[in-house]
Amino acid sequence: MSSITQPLQETSPETQAEVMISGAEATMRCLIAEGVETIFGYPGGAIMPIYDALFHHQHEVNHILVRHEQGAIHAAQGYARASGRTGVVFATSGPGATNLVTGLADAMIDSTPLVCITGQVFAHLLGTDAFQETDVMNITTPITKWNYQVTEAHEIPVVLAKAFYLAGSGRPGPVLIDITKNAQIQAFSFPAYEKCKHIRSYRPKPVIRPEYIKEAAKLIDQAERPLVIFGQGVILGKAEKEFDTFLEKSGLPAAWTILGMSAIPTDHPNAVGMLGMHGNYGPNLLTNECDVLIAVGMRFDDRVTGRLDKYAKQAKIIHLDIDPSEIDKNVKTTVPVWGDCKETLPMLTDAIQRKSYPDWLKKFKECLEQEESKVIRKELNPSQEILTMGEVINILNSLTGGNAILVTDVGQHQMVTCRYAKFQDSRSNITSGGLGTMGFALPAAIGAKYGAPHREVVAIIGDGGFQMTMQELGTIMQFKPKIKIIILNNNFLGMVRQWQELFHENRYSFVDISSPDYVQVAQGYGIRARSVSERKDLEPALKEMMGSEGTYLLEVQVGKENNVFPMVPQGRGVAEVVLCKEDLL
Amino acid sequence: MLQQEYTITVYTENQIGLLNRIAIIFSRRKINVESLNTSPSEIDSVHRFNIVITETEEVVRKLCRQIEKQVDVLKAYYNNNEEIVWQELALYKVSTDVIATEVKVERLLSQYGARVVVIRKDYTVFSVTGHREETDRLIQVLEPYGLIEFVRSARVAIIKSSEGFHRKLTQFEYREPASDVVENEFLNQQEKVFSM
Ligand SMILES: Cc1ncc(C[n+]2csc(CCOP(=O)(O)OP(=O)(O)O)c2C)c(N)n1
Repeated sequence: MSSITQPLQETSPETQAEVMISGAEATMRCLIAEGVETIFGYPGGAIMPIYDALFHHQHEVNHILVRHEQGAIHAAQGYARASGRTGVVFATSGPGATNLVTGLADAMIDSTPLVCITGQVFAHLLGTDAFQETDVMNITTPITKWNYQVTEAHEIPVVLAKAFYLAGSGRPGPVLIDITKNAQIQAFSFPAYEKCKHIRSYRPKPVIRPEYIKEAAKLIDQAERPLVIFGQGVILGKAEKEFDTFLEKSGLPAAWTILGMSAIPTDHPNAVGMLGMHGNYGPNLLTNECDVLIAVGMRFDDRVTGRLDKYAKQAKIIHLDIDPSEIDKNVKTTVPVWGDCKETLPMLTDAIQRKSYPDWLKKFKECLEQEESKVIRKELNPSQEILTMGEVINILNSLTGGNAILVTDVGQHQMVTCRYAKFQDSRSNITSGGLGTMGFALPAAIGAKYGAPHREVVAIIGDGGFQMTMQELGTIMQFKPKIKIIILNNNFLGMVRQWQELFHENRYSFVDISSPDYVQVAQGYGIRARSVSERKDLEPALKEMMGSEGTYLLEVQVGKENNVFPMVPQGRGVAEVVLCKEDLL
Repeated sequence: MLQQEYTITVYTENQIGLLNRIAIIFSRRKINVESLNTSPSEIDSVHRFNIVITETEEVVRKLCRQIEKQVDVLKAYYNNNEEIVWQELALYKVSTDVIATEVKVERLLSQYGARVVVIRKDYTVFSVTGHREETDRLIQVLEPYGLIEFVRSARVAIIKSSEGFHRKLTQFEYREPASDVVENEFLNQQEKVFSM
């Protein structure tokens, strides 16, 4: 007997193009036709036919068996963010599917293209509380760009084509396809696979209005103190070159959001640093002094704007975005430039005059000097004995030359890394921005390595976040992606501790978290590891890590109660950014 | 900005799950949906939602953009009550005995625009079609006589200025959408918006 994944029967010789195959086999053929090379997944009852089909195709696609489905989806996110391609995930029904929820929410808010395929119970069992039946469609509706339940095999090619088109086009996002087991088993006549290029109810890009470009250019030309703030839209739109050309001609200072970071090199002549709660002093303070604010592919998140009624009230706002629902959502726009920034930026560049703003740029320099004297110097070159997170990143910069992908988790180490990391190339800063998902970094770093195999990938993780998904060390052990892992261990849930110190009068409520012996844990997985706590060992250890061939885990014991500054305290305006604890009042 | 009643009209593909996708746009923001109707539209394959909420125009505009962002939604419009023709249908079940002896049925029919839907020995069902006040008025009249059951439908509305969706749909079917598919309120207010 042939297996269900093998062609069951050839139809008459004349119509040999169409063969009878199972839904599961069709799923694999569709993925291969979409150019999928890597799948992150975990098998189970309801997705077994697809895994059986995968068995026959394992030489064409690389399947990474993770240790938890959350790891699979974060890995797929890391893959997508590093490569610009769509990440693919397999999971079974019920608990397999619900374990994807955090990653879906993360990918949704950070616009990461994913296609997740979940198995589902037989269609006739839907709604009967069958074993491992969960209403995954309704659970995932608010956290997917699109989802669809397949109950008949013949739907698979059309639905998967749609899934890949939707995930990757327009403003990207996660798509979930739930396939009932009967549809995986059912044989049908498989047509030649056709990629989807158009869905009538879906407009990936709004039509560009040249009138707006003209108005925007006029505002920019008239401005005396204009400021560009940019987000991940530049990266997602693959518009890094266009953006660079725009900056070069316009002479505008440009600040990034955490997700926009690395779209231009950190030492770009127009770069003035990072926005946001722990961003740089200058761009936060001067947001409220600019006369025209040009937002490119960013969504005015509250971590960037601080208090909205104190945000850039003096400025005319130009907003370039591909998603019409972002215009005016949080900040009222003067000139909306709807469209793909890969197309709108060159139009805008053509329409503006070449200019420079030496006096205005000097203000950013002055702010940076203040920040350096009050914050940066003591973070990067501390006088006290105990190590800081900043000095670790500083040495790492010199070793990577700004060429590595840094994957961060969530907390103080994330903010410190994004504040001090140097990047030369786009798609180098991978972090959970919108959702702030602890546990993201380790699996995302694994995925990033598959997405960009020729690049160095360094995960930087707190002791809290590492313990959330550290089972993925097992994935590393088995599949051997060569990544570097730095645990910045402050023996606290640092970011929450910082808030408790600053805003809850030092009441440390359950932020004291203990750690296992990470070196032994890593060694248990056959991973080289080392722990350092003294300055003299830090640089040698980092060198050893970067010079080692395989995966390497380095734990760095850092100051327990260091704080991240500057800070825009919650509920304050961006101009109320403070440089140290003493200024918080 | 003033809160007022808005009727949102949504043209969609006919997809399972889309009702939920649209409903949670409201519930996520804790916005009460006063009435919701789904039905076919003037076009065979296209579904039409009517959703009534009381909110400011700014909120309603943002909601419509969120609705339109959904993959299977073609278009969402919002209108205040002046801009639409709308109706609701109400059914009233009363005891036939009571009605026959105590109520002037002819008066009900003429004064309240009621219709008799069924008369049985034990009960009679009236219907009224109209605005909320009109369907409410008959409740008041019938209540003293023991209203056994009452039900009112969601609002259905026609947009006065709409030329229907046929022409729009052909634009959606082009590979490259025609430029007026994306409405833009800014452009119409050019003077106001673009002045420095
Ligand atoms: C899944 C999840 N749970 C809780 C939080 C809240 N949270 C934000 S930062 C943080 C502390 C992180 O501690 P650690 O991983 O040690 O990093 P550090 O801040 O010390 O660098 C917590 C608990 C979160 N972001 N994600």
